[in-house]
Amino acid sequence: MIYKFNFRKDVQYIVVAAVVIFFAFVPLFGSTYTLTLSSTIMMYIVMSLSWSMFSGPTGYISLASGAFVGLGFYASGFLSSSLPLPMLMLVGGLVSFALAAIIGAVTLRLRGVYFTIFTFCLVELVKAVMTWYEIMIVRKRGLNVRNFGTDTAFYAMLVMVAITLIVVVVIKRSRFGMALTGIGESEDAASHIGIHTTRTKVFGFAISAFLMGTVGAVRATMLHHIDPGSSFNMMFSFLPVLMCVFGGMKTFLGPIIGAAVFAILQYNLITEMPQIYMIIFGAIMILAILFMPTGIVGVYERVINRIKKGKSKKGGTDDANA
Amino acid sequence: MSTVVNIVIYGVIMGGVYGLIAMGLTLQYGVGKILNVSHGEFLMLSAMTSCTLVKAGLHPLLSFLICLPAAFIIGFIINITIYRYLRKVSKDEATFESNAMLMSFGLYFILANIGLKIWGTLSKSYQYYSYPVKILGATIAVNRLIILAIAIIFIVAFFIFLNKTRIGKSIRATSQSTTAAAMMGVKINRTMAICFGTGGLLAAAAGVLIGMALSPTAQVGLSNTVIALIVVVLGGMGSIPGAVLGGLLIGLVGQAVSFIDSSLVMVANYLMVLILLLLRPKGLLGR
Repeated sequence: MIYKFNFRKDVQYIVVAAVVIFFAFVPLFGSTYTLTLSSTIMMYIVMSLSWSMFSGPTGYISLASGAFVGLGFYASGFLSSSLPLPMLMLVGGLVSFALAAIIGAVTLRLRGVYFTIFTFCLVELVKAVMTWYEIMIVRKRGLNVRNFGTDTAFYAMLVMVAITLIVVVVIKRSRFGMALTGIGESEDAASHIGIHTTRTKVFGFAISAFLMGTVGAVRATMLHHIDPGSSFNMMFSFLPVLMCVFGGMKTFLGPIIGAAVFAILQYNLITEMPQIYMIIFGAIMILAILFMPTGIVGVYERVINRIKKGKSKKGGTDDANA
Repeated sequence: MSTVVNIVIYGVIMGGVYGLIAMGLTLQYGVGKILNVSHGEFLMLSAMTSCTLVKAGLHPLLSFLICLPAAFIIGFIINITIYRYLRKVSKDEATFESNAMLMSFGLYFILANIGLKIWGTLSKSYQYYSYPVKILGATIAVNRLIILAIAIIFIVAFFIFLNKTRIGKSIRATSQSTTAAAMMGVKINRTMAICFGTGGLLAAAAGVLIGMALSPTAQVGLSNTVIALIVVVLGGMGSIPGAVLGGLLIGLVGQAVSFIDSSLVMVANYLMVLILLLLRPKGLLGR
C-alpha cells in the first residue's frame, strides 16, 4: 500500500516534528530553569503518549504508569554508578516491559474494570516490595543517583519524545494498531476475525510500559536521591490519565497538549499551593469528562468544522448538530 | 496458642472494618456501575471529622450521627448531579463505566486534598476505652472489641435493609437488571443515588471506627481504597456477602502475614487475588 500524503491530516505531524527539531537547539540559549522545565514536560509527553497508545484505542484504563516509571527510577538508582545513561534507559525499559508482560498476561484475559483495579494496586505492590527490600535486606532508605548533567537529561528526554512519537505513529498505521482499535470497538468481533486479542493487548501494554520505564530512568538522574515513596508515586499513574482526558484520548495531538499544559501548571503551582492545585486538577478532570468527552482537540475540531460549514453553506441552517 | 488467638481476633476486627468499606464499594459498582476510586476519601474525611469532633468534646458514638448522614448526603448529591448527567450523555454502558471511573479520580483529587488542606499530614487520635483485657491468653484493647461489635451491627443492619425493606428490594432489582427494574416501576435514578449515598455512609461508618483506635491521618484514604478494591475483587464484583467474606479473608491474612513481616501484607493480598483470578475470575461469591 503506497501512502498518499494528505495535507490536512498530516500537517500535525510536520508541526510536531518541527517543534521537536526546534527543541534540539534550546540548550544553546536556554537557562537551566528552561531546560529542567522542558525535560519535565517531555517526560509527561512521553508518559501520556505511551499511555494513550494503549489505553486510547483499547479502552483498557491502565493505572500502572507509576510502577513502570518507578522501575525506571530504580534501574537508574542501582546501576547509575557503573553504566552510561542509554544503558540505564534500556534496562529501565526492559524491566518495565517484563513486568507489564507478566501482569498483562494474567489480567488482560479479563475484561474491563479488573484490569484497572490490578494496575491500580500494582503501584502499591511494587512500592511495598521495594520498601521491604530496603528495610530488610540493604537496611538503607533510598538510593543516590548519579547526575549526568542537565543537558544530557534534556537530550535523553528529547530522544525519547522523538522515539515515542515515531512508535505511536507507526503503530497507529500498522495492522497491530488496527487490531488494538478493533479490540476497543468490539472485542468479540476482533477475535472472530482472527486477532489474537490477549497477545495483542499484552504486547501493546508492554510497549507502553517500556517507554515509561525509559523516561523514568532519565528522570531519576535529575533528582539525585530516590526512595520508594517518590518513585512508585500514584501521581505518575493519575497524571497521564488526566492529561489524556483533558487533551483528547483518541487523538494524536491531545496527549501532547494535555501533558504540556498540566506539566507547566504543575511546575508553577505545586510548590506554592499543592493542595489547591490538586483540587483544581480534580475539578478540571470532572468538567473535562462531562463537557468535552473528546478533549480539547475534539472541541477545537468541532469549532473549526462549524466555521467551515457556515462559510461553505452561506447561512445554511442545518449545522445545528455539527 | 495466644499468638494464634491474637491473629484471629485482630484479623476478624480488621476484617469487619474492611468488609464494611468493601460493602459500600461493591454496592456502588453493582448497582450504579460506578467504580468509585474516591471511596476511601469518604472514610478519611469521616475519620478525621469524628476525631476532631471528639477532641472538641463530643461523645465518640454520637459522632456517627453527624458523619454518617453527612456522607450520605454528599454521596447522594454527587450522584444526582455529575453522575446522573454523565449517564445521560454517555452513549452506552461501557462508555459510562469507564468515564464514571475516570470521574471518580477527579473526586479523589478533590476530596483527598480538601482533607490534606484542613488537617495536614499529622495523625489524630483520642482515648476511648483504650485499656487492654485478656481473652483466651491474648491481650486486646477494649475499643477494638467495640469496633468489631459496631461493624457487625452495621453489616447485619445493612443486610436487613437490603432484604426486608422496599428500598432494599428496589436496589436488588436494579442490580439484577436496570431496564427490567425500570419497567417494573422502580425509580432507577433515585435508587442509584441512594446506593451511592449508602456506599458513602458505609465508608464513613468504617471511618469513625478507624478513628476510634487506629489514629488516622489525612492520607489513609488511598490505601483503604486499594484494600477495598482487593476485597471486592476477591469476593466478586457486586456481591455484598462476597465483600464481607473477602474482608474477613484479607483481614485474617493481613494479620497473619504482618506477624511475620508487616511490609509484606500488600504482597500477600495481591498474590492471593492474582491466584484467585486465575482459578476463578468471578471472585469467591461472584455471579
